[in-house]
Amino acid sequence: MSAKFDYVLRFGDNALVLGQRLAEWLGHAPVLEEDIASANISLDLVGQARLWLTLAGKLEGKGRDEDQLAYHRDQHQYRNFTLLELPNGDYAFTIVRRFLFDVWHCLCLEALSRSKDADIAAIAVKSKKEADYHRRHSGDWLVRLGEGTGESNLRAQAALDAQWRYTAEFFEPDAVDRAVEASGEGFDAASLRDRWLQEVSAALAEAALKLPAMEKYVSRGKEGRHSEHLSYLLAEMQVLQRAHPNATW
Amino acid sequence: MVARASSSPLADPWEVLRGIADPEIPVISIVELGIVRGVTVNGGSVEVAITPTYSGCPAIHAIEEDIDAALRASGYSEVRVTQQLSPAWTTDWITNDARERLREYGIVPPHLVQATAGTHGHRIHIFARGVNCPQCGSENTEQLSAFGSTACKAMYRCIDCREPFDYFKPL
Repeated sequence: MSAKFDYVLRFGDNALVLGQRLAEWLGHAPVLEEDIASANISLDLVGQARLWLTLAGKLEGKGRDEDQLAYHRDQHQYRNFTLLELPNGDYAFTIVRRFLFDVWHCLCLEALSRSKDADIAAIAVKSKKEADYHRRHSGDWLVRLGEGTGESNLRAQAALDAQWRYTAEFFEPDAVDRAVEASGEGFDAASLRDRWLQEVSAALAEAALKLPAMEKYVSRGKEGRHSEHLSYLLAEMQVLQRAHPNATW
Repeated sequence: MVARASSSPLADPWEVLRGIADPEIPVISIVELGIVRGVTVNGGSVEVAITPTYSGCPAIHAIEEDIDAALRASGYSEVRVTQQLSPAWTTDWITNDARERLREYGIVPPHLVQATAGTHGHRIHIFARGVNCPQCGSENTEQLSAFGSTACKAMYRCIDCREPFDYFKPL
């Protein structure tokens, strides 16, 4: 399996898994506008996932398309960050997760837009325009929740404290990251840390939320080592294609 | 009759494409929207390159089918629709005529991305100024949500005439 295939899968799986989690808010979000926003952001992410997975299938060269990759891989073959598969929790948990990811996502797509691989760069440029809107949406809600009521501040802080440990994975390069970076087609994962922390810290300060301390723990979702939660998410997302392979309607 | 039809030149494909309305916003054509990126004719076959607006916009499939049907109806025996990602679509490609028609339809057209660049902070209140009510023209409007009925629109309301309306987001 080529490093580039694995690398591209990560971006596709991040978008797909977060998109699936956001879709779970359909009909359940706290207000109608947020129901619509979650659905729209989910749709953008699933659209981006389709582009990445189609490219991954092309790179692999075994004839697998976006659907084969989305519906017929098991949890250990998924390459998303562990943070993104955690259950939605309350709306504060969902917003905090989105914000931590969205800031990283914008920096990541900006870096990938300079990739020597024209297909990777094209998807990154396209996705970045959408990610900018997502980031402003989650950033705005982060401040609303943090600066809202005592209760909303407590919930946002609890969400932040619970999720912070999963962000270390964003910045820990592994062999796949290093291989694709070396060929000029990827980026140095660690290099995004300072800007990410700077932007996140500024927003947390505005939201009257406290920056948690970094821990030594590093999750390994991007290498296929997931929490139990991903298998439940995949079971729901894949059930129809697993029961009736290649069904169309 | 059959012989005459096959020997006469086929319709200009751009003209045919100008007659195809966007499925979500029927007052503008797909050409005016700026998503048709190239047309290549080779005898009776034609290839049309289009670019998606938003990555997940489901209208792209309806558009592909509409292009196929319209060009076949104009006599092309083979129609190929391909997707081209780069350069990425921007609302700056929407023509001036189409912008006016959007406004008449009740959707405020997007500001030029060029003009709004640099005003985007990390908060979302980015359209605070200059989104005038398409009904009464008032500048006194507010954003209800940056996300609306389709991926490309934000929801607004006019504080003076109380009408809700859509704003086509700059992308």
